[in-house]
Amino acid sequence: MTANSPLVAGIDIGSRSIELVLLQDGQVVHWDLLPTTFDPLGQCRSLLDRVRAARIVATGYGRKLLLENLDHPEIAAITEIQAYALGARRLFPGVRTILDIGGQDTKAIALTMDGTVSKFEMNDRCAAGTGKFLEFMAVALQVPLEKFGDFALQADRRIQISSMCTVFAESEATSLMARGESPANIAMGLHLAIVSRTLAMLRRVGVTPPVLFAGGVAHNPCIRTLLEESLGESIQVPEQPDLVGALGAALYGQKLVANE
Amino acid sequence: MPTPYDDMWEKLNLDLAAHEGLLQVLGKFYGDIYLTQEGRLKGMEYLDFVLSEVHGLRIKELQEAKAQGRKVIGTFCVFVPEELVLAADAVCVGLCAGAEIGKEAAEKILPRNTCALIKSFVGFKLSRLCPFIESCDLVVGETTCDGKKKAYEIFDEYAPVYVMEIPQMKQTCDRELWKAEVRRFKERIEEVAGKEITAARLKEAIKLGNRRRRVLQRLNQLRTAVPTPISGRDVLLINQVSFYDDPVRFTAKIGELCDELEKRVKAGEGVVPSGTPRLMLSGCPMAVPNWKLPYIVESSGAVIIGEESCIGTRNIRDLVDESGDTMEEMLEALVDRYLRIDCACFTPNKERLQNIVSMAKDLQVKGVIHFALNFCQPYAIEAFKVGRALEAAGIPMLSIETDYSMEDVEQLKTRVEAFLEMVR
Ligand code: SF4
Ligand code: SF4
Repeated sequence: MTANSPLVAGIDIGSRSIELVLLQDGQVVHWDLLPTTFDPLGQCRSLLDRVRAARIVATGYGRKLLLENLDHPEIAAITEIQAYALGARRLFPGVRTILDIGGQDTKAIALTMDGTVSKFEMNDRCAAGTGKFLEFMAVALQVPLEKFGDFALQADRRIQISSMCTVFAESEATSLMARGESPANIAMGLHLAIVSRTLAMLRRVGVTPPVLFAGGVAHNPCIRTLLEESLGESIQVPEQPDLVGALGAALYGQKLVANE
Repeated sequence: MPTPYDDMWEKLNLDLAAHEGLLQVLGKFYGDIYLTQEGRLKGMEYLDFVLSEVHGLRIKELQEAKAQGRKVIGTFCVFVPEELVLAADAVCVGLCAGAEIGKEAAEKILPRNTCALIKSFVGFKLSRLCPFIESCDLVVGETTCDGKKKAYEIFDEYAPVYVMEIPQMKQTCDRELWKAEVRRFKERIEEVAGKEITAARLKEAIKLGNRRRRVLQRLNQLRTAVPTPISGRDVLLINQVSFYDDPVRFTAKIGELCDELEKRVKAGEGVVPSGTPRLMLSGCPMAVPNWKLPYIVESSGAVIIGEESCIGTRNIRDLVDESGDTMEEMLEALVDRYLRIDCACFTPNKERLQNIVSMAKDLQVKGVIHFALNFCQPYAIEAFKVGRALEAAGIPMLSIETDYSMEDVEQLKTRVEAFLEMVR
């Protein structure tokens, strides 16, 4: 590592959290994350103040906010779609399909052999089927979010919850509870509902293996298990599934540097 | 703020306070989306003027025409043969339905899952906001999609509605039906206008309609130059205005604008850098002031060079054969011309797929954005086949379903930008 090779930052500004990845000579030298809060810009600044990046690439729904407000000579923005494609290929070079379930949106991305995006799907404005849905339901069932997947895996039978709307699903869960259904079974039903919705989206772009599962919800073991079951094959989950977007953004920044 | 038109609006029974609110929103919206553009043609000043006077001067003209005994006929669909209206010396106005403002009123009588366009025209009427509708002596509906068909039944209680039956297929018997409908429409127009449609008048009207189509075809031809000499937003606006401006004046003004455009093309000047990705839109009509998607696309670093839509090429692609002299020959020509419309309400609708693919190829666009209004079944369902046809031709497509509200703008931006990253 030479002293003068530039630091390139990728920052993924999502609805729940902001992730930062720093690259130098192609290697990750630092990463960090903070909750988004009501002051995403302030949070970005505090992440970036701790490092001295020569170039910044923003992604995620807050990318424009940073692009327009951060006073930095070398700042660019790319969409999450492209960032995930780049990040995923770096972590698992052969990957052909990416599923990302984040706080407020879900994306399915198909990649060509050489790693460029060939098709993508995103959920519409409704948060049904995203991390937000799980979060809301975990609260309703009084289970900590981090434990929600393991909790659901204790289910002894699979019940169907048909509603994907957060409000209706909650009332469906409540009436199941009133009928004596165990909370674990209800949690399983909610996970199944997300997976079936996600599968529909994945199938619209086409599921070519290997499949990578990223985004905050990839931490959830129940969703992972159910996805593998339905797809009939194993899926790859990166060690830090929340960092894929930030990594991809940083890789894009590195390409920009290399092209100069 | 009082305006010189307040009396007129009051006479038309508009809700003055709400109407002023509408004009303000429209003005602000127009300023943000249109007047911020750089390097616009001088000729666009006419469009700026027309739009700023859309509820003013143009309505005054309509009142003056009415005072002279001419009738005003409103239409909602490009299927209505305007030539017959013009031949009866009546004024034809395409009623736009691109604003969200009357939505709440509309939802009192229409299901929420009705497309935004239908909600808009019903909402405008119920909230007394549209001076065009209020000026109409007849509003012509058609049996295209189920939503419109059923909404006209309700609309009939509020305005003088006449419905044309549009066939759903294009077989010989459908042509017969359509021909009978064109005749029935001719009679009704004559009755409302109180004037006979003579062969000589119809011939003139056909020529006028074609002249306007030709000038718009010329515009579409010129805009394909590299670098792109005019924004997609501006061309959309011109198409939108063609529905309610005076056809003779409009044709002359757009002719002048095309002359200016031609000079610009010769000089190699563009409104965007030459490497800017060029896209085409396809799908549901975008009525005034629905500029949302074109604005998102063009502020994401692309430029639109074609609209496969009723407010676009579907309305101007085909001319009416001008060779006929007798009434019978001319009616036949109208019947043929209008049956060539490839609206998604038809089944099967292979022509549309072919037209989209060949248009995309001719224009050499990087991709197509398909636009369907939420709850519009004909276009939303057909999007699947459009996507497959384009895929087979190696042309990427992004399918968007949205409405007039602004709440999904950020998500749409992400999708459009990701599409651009993909096709670049
Ligand atoms: S899309 Fe179909 S129904 Fe709508 S204006 Fe065009 S032809 Fe008429
Ligand atoms: S956009 Fe679709 S649903 Fe709405 S009026 Fe037109 S054809 Fe009917």
